[in-house]
Amino acid sequence: MKNLFKSNMSIMLVFSAIVLTAPIWLTPLGANYPDLLQKFAIFGLFAVGYNILFGLTGYLSFGHAAFLGVGSYTAVWSLKLLSMNVFLGIILGTIMSGIFALAIGYLSLRRSGIYFSILTLAFAQMAYSLAYSVLTPITNGETGLQIAANDPRYLDSLVGISQQGQGIPSTNFFGVLLKSWDGYFGFYFAAVILILGFYLSLRVFRSPFGLKLRAIKSNQTRMTYTGFNTRPYLLSAFVISGMYAGLAGSLMVAIDPLAGAERMQWTASGEVVLMTILGGVGTLIGPMLGAVVIKYFENIFSALNNSELHQVFNFLPSFLEETMVFIVSPFVGSGWHLTLGALFMLVVIFLPGGMMEGVTKINSFLKRKFGKTDAEESDVSIQQEVQAKAQQGGE
Amino acid sequence: MKKNDTNKSRRTFLKTATASSIAATAPASMFYIKDAFAAEDFRNNPKDSKTVTLGFNVPQSGAYADEGADELRAFKLAVKHLNGEGDGGMMNTMKPSMLKGNGILGKKVAYVTGDTQTKSDAARASAKRMIEKDGALMISGGSSSGVAIAVQGLCQEMGTIFMAGLTHSNDTTGKDKRRYGFRHFFNTEMSGASLGPVLEKEYGNERTAYHLTADYTWGWSQQGSIKKYTEELGWKTKAAVKTPVGAGDFSQFITPVLNSGADVLVLNHYGKDMVNSLTQAVQFGLRDKQVNGKDFQIVVPLFSRLMAQGAGDNIKGILGSTNWNWSLKDAGSQAFVKSFGKEYGNPPSQAAHTCYVQTLLYANACEMAGTFYPPEVIKTLEGYKFDGMGNGATEYRAEDHQCFKDVLVVRGNEKPSSQFDLLEVVQEVPRAQVEYDASLLGGELGPYKV
Repeated sequence: MKNLFKSNMSIMLVFSAIVLTAPIWLTPLGANYPDLLQKFAIFGLFAVGYNILFGLTGYLSFGHAAFLGVGSYTAVWSLKLLSMNVFLGIILGTIMSGIFALAIGYLSLRRSGIYFSILTLAFAQMAYSLAYSVLTPITNGETGLQIAANDPRYLDSLVGISQQGQGIPSTNFFGVLLKSWDGYFGFYFAAVILILGFYLSLRVFRSPFGLKLRAIKSNQTRMTYTGFNTRPYLLSAFVISGMYAGLAGSLMVAIDPLAGAERMQWTASGEVVLMTILGGVGTLIGPMLGAVVIKYFENIFSALNNSELHQVFNFLPSFLEETMVFIVSPFVGSGWHLTLGALFMLVVIFLPGGMMEGVTKINSFLKRKFGKTDAEESDVSIQQEVQAKAQQGGE
Repeated sequence: MKKNDTNKSRRTFLKTATASSIAATAPASMFYIKDAFAAEDFRNNPKDSKTVTLGFNVPQSGAYADEGADELRAFKLAVKHLNGEGDGGMMNTMKPSMLKGNGILGKKVAYVTGDTQTKSDAARASAKRMIEKDGALMISGGSSSGVAIAVQGLCQEMGTIFMAGLTHSNDTTGKDKRRYGFRHFFNTEMSGASLGPVLEKEYGNERTAYHLTADYTWGWSQQGSIKKYTEELGWKTKAAVKTPVGAGDFSQFITPVLNSGADVLVLNHYGKDMVNSLTQAVQFGLRDKQVNGKDFQIVVPLFSRLMAQGAGDNIKGILGSTNWNWSLKDAGSQAFVKSFGKEYGNPPSQAAHTCYVQTLLYANACEMAGTFYPPEVIKTLEGYKFDGMGNGATEYRAEDHQCFKDVLVVRGNEKPSSQFDLLEVVQEVPRAQVEYDASLLGGELGPYKV
């Protein structure tokens, strides 16, 4: 792995190519439609940011959904009060969640290990309860905050854009509607931000700052003994990953202008932990991979029903077909959690390093089999890596 | 479930079509202009396809899962009847009707389903999947007003008609009404208007009410309506406490009621929440109490037989309102109950009824308009008057897309003759009594073309 991706440039090129061609290679998997593609990109970004905290420092935060929610609510309010241009909403959402992360991080990072996790969980649940019932005027509670036709939008009316009497306006990015190109613009918009976010995370991983974070993970006490004050580094990592979450949250709003309290619930925080662990903690691409797998399960597996299973197995003789459908059906549809749970267990037991460990293992197996030295085949294995990644993404 | 060959060919068609179109659009989409299509084209136009796909989005988990399961049964039955299978149910009693039992506009009806999880985000995601991936032409279902409003907003944006299922909040066809959203179910304003006089007759004018309210749009709406109509009678409202949806345990909310001085408890809960809160209220002995020299009473403004089934004996004697009940004797209800019972072995709930009716109404509107083009279908549904669907003469009001029809005031049956005979109809409140002016609830429908 280490010697494969030497230059940032080649990684970024491969990564961008994979992300931007997602509509093509996801088609055979039935996952090529704007909403799911957007989810892949947005949750990928969320996981990539989360990995900066969890992957590098080892601090397990159970409250990142709170920042996602803060980003979402801020972005909706920006759409309501300022402008339907999502640019502002995204910037404000990211900043606002950064401020929240600073406050929560400042308090939570006084402790480490399980106490840190519990503190973040407590703060996130507080944020959820606030959004759910206490701050109803701001968040509209369980119903969720939506935009309305008669919102003031001061900036828009200042510039002279008035959409009165035309129903609810759509979000735009400097004039281009996010829903144009049949919804694919929204995906490419999110994809470009994901690529930028990934690049930033790559730079963080390979900077002296990233090294210090890793040092904290391997032995924080020793770091402190050598005279290093670790708190500012931890806090920066926490705020950065909180801002990633806020960015992801405001992107969700940019594409679909609605924010609900359930986005902040602890299950949502747990989901990003799952994504990161499933894909590979501390690896660059792993969390993104995990996000894709989980969202794929949630949206595609959960929608399979018996008649579709019959189609899958109809090459078998009819009694075998019935048996197969009988065996498989509890694992699809509303049973998709079961499949995900089984997959998660398998990964954690056999590949503790996540799916990226699987990729590495396949890679070294292939190397042994074909007996190539590292020097000869770096180009080839990048391609293998890419293919393996594409396959992994689909499973 | 048996294999469906036409469905298969549709899928293969869709797959190849999307695959090739994506290959083409990846670079070409840069030049795509929004209104470049011919005027009559629209999202998911079935064109030459032999089938037309409808999307049924119901809660399959959470506090409203029972209602969701029954809704799905009704949808499947409606699709069967539309395709000319089974005994036709209400298609035989609906008038005026142009349904022939050969699908819609000659195209066989296929369907896809999704789980709303009673969460706005999840509901929108599954609705989007059905529209973007499966090519659904109409979305129906939902068993929560929060979800209905969220999905309705989405459908307006996508230009896909939304035939709301069970949603009772005023906002669905009030503050948050949309051009592409239609509601057959009644709302809390109508519940209040129909329950008011009955409450006065049964419990008098000097009562003090205590509200427990599900904390989202429907709960707020119902609390507002019941408060409005009971205070008109001279009742006082002691307190109105909001409870989280899906709380499970309501004891902490019920204990304060005991000594509050209130003599009526209004439970603005639905589904499993209502089953739990009512059961606990009865266990805590509220109904055996005497307050201010009067018997303590519980009122459940929105009732359904599924909930009654869940609450068992606790429901006996309790007043509420309902959109429809299977015990109605008109021809439409009888036909529906008969064919639903034959299919599934039990009578349909009000949720099932409204979903079934909505599906037929959409199909019929397409037939009448002669096209699937949404703006035309919408214009056909607006102001459409029909009968024979279980609620007597009904009208889809053009101003807010709300159906106006008779409302039932019911009471938990003291002596049920069967396990399904749980609600006794106290009064069929005529439509004139529950009608209100569309401007009362505000909102704006928005444009026909999106």
